[in-house]
Amino acid sequence: MTPLLVKSMLLVFGASVVGSFGAVFLKLGAMRLNKNLLSFVNVRLIFGVTLYLASSVIYALGVKGGPLSVLYPLVSLGYIFTLLWSKLFFNEALNGYKFAGLGLILLGVFFVGLGSA
Amino acid sequence: MNTISTKPTPQPNAASARRKSATIVAACTLLGAVAQLLIKVGMSPAHFDPSVVGLLSDVPLIAGYSCYGLFTIAMVLALREGELSMMYPIISLTYVWVTILSYWLLKETPNLYKNLGIVTIVIGVGVLGRGGKK
Repeated sequence: MTPLLVKSMLLVFGASVVGSFGAVFLKLGAMRLNKNLLSFVNVRLIFGVTLYLASSVIYALGVKGGPLSVLYPLVSLGYIFTLLWSKLFFNEALNGYKFAGLGLILLGVFFVGLGSA
Repeated sequence: MNTISTKPTPQPNAASARRKSATIVAACTLLGAVAQLLIKVGMSPAHFDPSVVGLLSDVPLIAGYSCYGLFTIAMVLALREGELSMMYPIISLTYVWVTILSYWLLKETPNLYKNLGIVTIVIGVGVLGRGGKK
């Protein structure tokens, strides 16, 4: 592994972690929405969107420096974090279907990355 | 510990609201995929010009980010009712649309791995959907 590839992998991995927190804040903000359109302007939503934007910038910096077959599956690690945060922050039920579905999704993203290399 | 009394009674339409949320996200991944393709076209040397005027006249790039904006709003609306552990992984359908649209519009060559990948993702989202709150 070249230093450039390691750097790219770290960037993409970092982007997926930042993105998973973005999702948490979007959910926190979404739970506060009401009929009033102005309820869209709330700190949690804005922070969530900011994290998403930050995540896509970090991702764009990382994805230039390595093959997609390696970097794509790293992005989808963000899904695993999101599952953990869902349990931790929102006490959502985790079950066999969710783990199996996520496992298949990760495998699928791995294949797409392999085919895009 | 008995927590039943503290839990709100489930609304009869809560399950259908969650199903609706999942459908919204799934449908909107097509919008997300269109956004990615437009941004890719907008970033290509034929369109991209890193000056203020150049960026403001880059129609595919602007259209692409607008689609992303709409996608994010739809996602937020879906997250009101839907479980995060369901909604977020459904976004992976974007990979499926991007791959199919790239075959069709960008004339990328299909291969076994990509096809296997998109089929596996679709099955994965289907399995995940069975694990949602009823």
